[in-house]
Amino acid sequence: MVKLVEIAKILRSKNAGPFEITLDVLFDEKQTYEEVKNAGVITKETIAEIYNLSPADIHHLVYFDQALGIKITIARKISSGSPGDRDVYGAQQHAPLMNLEI
Amino acid sequence: MERYSFHFNARRSVTDYKKDEEMERKSMQKCIKIISPCGILGYGFPKEPFLNAFHERIHGIVVDAGSTDAGPHKLGANVSIVSRRALKKDLSIILEKGLKHRIPVIIGSAGGAGAKTHVELTLEIVKEILAEQKTHAKIGIIWADFKQQTIIDALEEGRITPLSPNIPSLTKEIILDTKTIVAQMGHEPILKALKQGCDIILCGRSYDPSPFAALGIYHGMDPGLAYHLGKILECGALCAEPGTTKDSILGTLYEDCFTVQALNPIRKCTPTSVAAHTFYEKEHPFILHGPGFTLNLENCEFNEIADGIIEVRNSRYIPDSEMKIKLEGARKVSYRTFVIAGIRDPLLIHQLEDIERKVLQQVKSYFTEIPDEDYEVNFYHYGQDAVLGEQEPTPLKGHEIGVMFEVLAKEQELANSICANVRSTFLHYGYEGRKSSAGNLAFPFAPSDIEFGPVYEFSIYHLMRITRDPFLLEVVEV
Repeated sequence: MVKLVEIAKILRSKNAGPFEITLDVLFDEKQTYEEVKNAGVITKETIAEIYNLSPADIHHLVYFDQALGIKITIARKISSGSPGDRDVYGAQQHAPLMNLEI
Repeated sequence: MERYSFHFNARRSVTDYKKDEEMERKSMQKCIKIISPCGILGYGFPKEPFLNAFHERIHGIVVDAGSTDAGPHKLGANVSIVSRRALKKDLSIILEKGLKHRIPVIIGSAGGAGAKTHVELTLEIVKEILAEQKTHAKIGIIWADFKQQTIIDALEEGRITPLSPNIPSLTKEIILDTKTIVAQMGHEPILKALKQGCDIILCGRSYDPSPFAALGIYHGMDPGLAYHLGKILECGALCAEPGTTKDSILGTLYEDCFTVQALNPIRKCTPTSVAAHTFYEKEHPFILHGPGFTLNLENCEFNEIADGIIEVRNSRYIPDSEMKIKLEGARKVSYRTFVIAGIRDPLLIHQLEDIERKVLQQVKSYFTEIPDEDYEVNFYHYGQDAVLGEQEPTPLKGHEIGVMFEVLAKEQELANSICANVRSTFLHYGYEGRKSSAGNLAFPFAPSDIEFGPVYEFSIYHLMRITRDPFLLEVVEV
């Protein structure tokens, strides 16, 4: 077992428009990427659990082989910069993914 | 889980000899070279890599100036995201070079949010620079503003849909509350300005890649490649390693591919860095929706054809059956006053949430004449869960906490009054077991209460179906 943060080259979050946040996990080796892809740990169910969301709030979860990356796009509960928002750029929402065990 | 299986195109292991051959073949082809000096106009960029790019023929300088990333405030309050000083500093360098080489300078989403006041501010600065440089130019200005009535009509005709499932449906009331409404333009109005021979084109709100794509399409290049290149160039050198929005990048369009390369020798593009950037801040990795089209990048190939020069192929532009544009609008929802303070006393940290609840009860019992729905008080605990809120999986409790509390109210005066009362109540609150009877909060500044002003929300983020190009081009000679 290894934590995602230890093997990913990039692990980031960012707004994809004001109503969604997109999480990118990118690798620098094809083998590591394939291992994570085949491990089947990163699923809509896992993401829903970590982020306390319903699976319907996960708008996309896609593996993109060319970029050796995984993209997960989730619904924001509060849109960027509205009252109650905590992260206007959505730039620090990736932290819960880091400790995911692969 | 969605799983897409791709035709994985392994990076070609070309020998240097083959690379040279490829570069030679490329040098014979028609190509269009575009420089993007930085990710947001006014972010700044080192001058030398930008100027060095002009050793070869460049066809245009294109720079994105806007984004919704910084929230709804810029659009709602009609303010810019960068300082006027920085805007002028960057623009002076860009305009001088563009005019000297007689190539178009295109600015996307001028002024930040691309609404009328933002475009006007940029135009004013452009005129100032032209006067200082004692030169003249033909300026194309493309407005992206929409009247409330136009949106109401579209709503009543059923031409408006939310962009994602978590966006509320639009109502006439929301539209009337939204003072500034813009839409993202495609390449079409920019192409019109290029055909009229404009030296400088100031675009209102644009789909970020559109100004780049317009230049490529103007020169007869493939729209799929032109838009994909635009998507990569619009962030400046963020697609290189190390990535940054504050440096120049060069894109070259060929008839069947495009290449990207960093201009600053301290950075380098790689197939992965460019492929990964295609990903950036988009909801889907290879399906990108733009005004009137979908970009399918599923079968793209990213290859290094020479040191640090990345070639991209197979970007596909698929026109939509209906033309839809993305509307953006922000409305004022409340006024804010806030306080930042530190808490170091472990007896207080231990029961912080409970004390805050009691402080609020005391504030409410003081202001009994103010209805509950007229204001709201929120506490944020930096060092504990301020960033992720209820999604925080690992609540940390350190030896100190940064507490930020805000009051949101119908009027600024009300927000100020309630915030002052929350602050004084919290400061002196005598909680159970308290030993520090002189005060609970360490304020870093005096005064402690900060009047923030109006707070906005994105009230419109919807698609509108249109039948004709609604963006107006105005041409002025200065």
